Amino acid sequence: MFYREAGDFKTSYAKDQQSFPIKLDRYWVWGVLAIAFLVVPFFINDYWEKSVLLPFLVWSMAALGLNILTGYCGQVSLGTGGFMAVGAYACYKLMVAFPGLNIFIIVILAGLITAVVGIAFGLPSLRIKGFYLAVATLAAQFFLVWMFNKIPWFYNNSASGMITSPERLMFGVPITGASAPPWATYLFCLTLVTIFAFIARNLTRGRIGRSWMAIRDMDIAAEIIGVPPLQAKLSAFAVSSFYIGMSGAMLFGVYLGSAEPTEAFGIDKSFLVLFMVIVGGLGSILGSFLGAAFLVLVPVLMKNIMVGGFGWPADLAAHLELLFIGALIMFFLIVEPHGLAQLWRMTKEKLRLWPFPH
Amino acid sequence: MKVKLKSISAAVVAATIMATAVPAMADLTFPMLSYRTGPYGPNGTEFADGYADYFTLLNERDGGIGGVKAVTPECETAYNTQKGVECYESTKGQGALVYQPLSTGITYQLIPKVTADDIPMHTMGYGRTSAANGKVFSHVFNYPGTYWDAASVIMKHVSDMEKGDLKGKNIALVYHNSAYGKEPIRTLEELAKRDGFKLTLLPVDHPGQEQKSQWLQIRRERPDYVLMYGWGVMNQVAIKEAGNIRFPMDKFIGIWWSGSENDVLPSGDKANGYKAVTFHGVGTDYPIFDDIKKYVADTGKAAGDGSNIGTALYNRGMYAAVLAAEAAANAQKMFNTKEITSGQMRDGMESLKVDNARMEALGLKGFAPEINVTCENHGGPGLAAIQQWDAKTKTWSLITDFVASDRDIIDPLIAEDSAAYAKENKLTERECKS
Repeated sequence: MFYREAGDFKTSYAKDQQSFPIKLDRYWVWGVLAIAFLVVPFFINDYWEKSVLLPFLVWSMAALGLNILTGYCGQVSLGTGGFMAVGAYACYKLMVAFPGLNIFIIVILAGLITAVVGIAFGLPSLRIKGFYLAVATLAAQFFLVWMFNKIPWFYNNSASGMITSPERLMFGVPITGASAPPWATYLFCLTLVTIFAFIARNLTRGRIGRSWMAIRDMDIAAEIIGVPPLQAKLSAFAVSSFYIGMSGAMLFGVYLGSAEPTEAFGIDKSFLVLFMVIVGGLGSILGSFLGAAFLVLVPVLMKNIMVGGFGWPADLAAHLELLFIGALIMFFLIVEPHGLAQLWRMTKEKLRLWPFPH
Repeated sequence: MKVKLKSISAAVVAATIMATAVPAMADLTFPMLSYRTGPYGPNGTEFADGYADYFTLLNERDGGIGGVKAVTPECETAYNTQKGVECYESTKGQGALVYQPLSTGITYQLIPKVTADDIPMHTMGYGRTSAANGKVFSHVFNYPGTYWDAASVIMKHVSDMEKGDLKGKNIALVYHNSAYGKEPIRTLEELAKRDGFKLTLLPVDHPGQEQKSQWLQIRRERPDYVLMYGWGVMNQVAIKEAGNIRFPMDKFIGIWWSGSENDVLPSGDKANGYKAVTFHGVGTDYPIFDDIKKYVADTGKAAGDGSNIGTALYNRGMYAAVLAAEAAANAQKMFNTKEITSGQMRDGMESLKVDNARMEALGLKGFAPEINVTCENHGGPGLAAIQQWDAKTKTWSLITDFVASDRDIIDPLIAEDSAAYAKENKLTERECKS
């Protein structure tokens, strides 16, 4: 009744193959995008920008990247934090070396540099699988963070080893630095995430995505039917690292404004993104967003309710928050092992049949 | 679903924020970006308790500052920069007067933000050392001393123990491998060049539980002195390891952040004789503690569980609050208004003078050296003393006077580093009228 294909006739292949073939889905997406682009920028303030929207967008981008690698291509990676660090330091070096360069281009370039690094660390995936690959990417995580801490060239020999993002403009509006207005940073990140979520969606529906999924489901069978594992795995590593690098660049440049490698890009960040992907739903673009929203926004929400709403002590709230988030993750994994995205898929199925289920 | 989930949660978030973020403008707000959880929690708790208790004392005893109540809304950062930023954004709208994040990482994050928002930040003995140059860092203060002052004072003490000759000595620095721990390296390198000692660097990664290889190296190389820039659980582990390899404790000297009771108590008798530098007095032998007992502890208004009163970090938190309150009172006097703004607070901090007579009036005679902040110098006098741990009585005691650091080494470094910051951010030095 509310949600169905009946009556939604397609008269051309192009229409049948569009991203969201069901009319209501399409309206939802356009509606959300319209609100995000046209309404939110007028109401955003510093708090919503720095505590809610930017972290959500940045981590969504990282989750998208890891979902491509782990969810679609089946290669488990624990190197996300390290790859984000590559993006952040590439962003910093580019910002400092080319002060006139547009920040949009810098973020893309930082992503490309990370893609190259990702390919290098993806090479072992051709020989090792599963847990062993996870350990190999773990090595990438530790190596990269150690390197950025150790070699002074990466942080321009600053006394503390911290990198700080200078002010960079786009269309005359500062995007990085302290005087960047909230709407500008928000729109900047939103545009990037929207463009690349759309690209990811279409990549995963096309030939490349299908080759990734074939590798994920059974690599030997995929090889026999003619999917080259070398290209499929390395392209997954490249695209995934590209996304993760961009998220690292946004995290450092736009969101935090300064970073040190051990703290901002530690192993806990790799796990955080992995949890986002697993909780949100492996092999789902929507799942990446839901997972990021769950793990970024729920802690903020709980803190506001407990400290702001009930006036509980901050430390008690912090402990309870850890407890609740852990419990919620376990709850969701037990109730719905395929993640939050699967809940939506099931809701869709039910809505289609409603009010006459089998 | 995506829309529904998001809109529902957004509505709930909005509702809770609206319900809570009504700023009580009639109060003087000193937000606390504290941490009572995580590997740095034990240290953060003591500091936070001291900070909160002093404002409670002012409210209970004097009715606030200049008749206006002080409030200290608390926000848990867990020493995490990302949470620190969130805490800053969520509290700055409540009329925040001054921020004291107690984390060098968060400080770096906030320096550009507070400057843009016209809110001062006081990073007492931590943060970015070159913020001492007030001409570049208009809104950041790190009086009464900096990391580099500490390094210099520690080396002076070492030099005294060696009768002034450091040539050929091997001095190891065990440091937290972060912005904080790396701060003293440049100063120590300069001092090594001048005094002819050899500097060995031993980084310890966050959170610092694992230091076996560092201490193995110390056991092998047998440096003459070990200095430590550690924080949280790293301190306890380092002091334990030093005890295990029987390193002479009086030659093991920590920064003021590695000199709390938490750090030495777990090692028991082995920690006896451990030293740390400090910029304020230790113990409860000051009249102010009678008032704290009377107005705060005995009335059940103490922050936390009230068990930290008189510990080294509690005293530091209290001292931070004293200086903040003095600056607020100064600003009230300067602008002849009771309800000051954050910009006025900044001016109050920049012309803050706390002399010995005032310290005595506060019940803190001899607790800390005189402070005289100027527009050029936000780093304060830079005087520090050495405290030593007595494991029998479980007390710290000062074993030296407050001595000055080598400003002729440090000042050029501050000028150099702040100039680099100004250049990176295209700032011009402001003029200081005097």
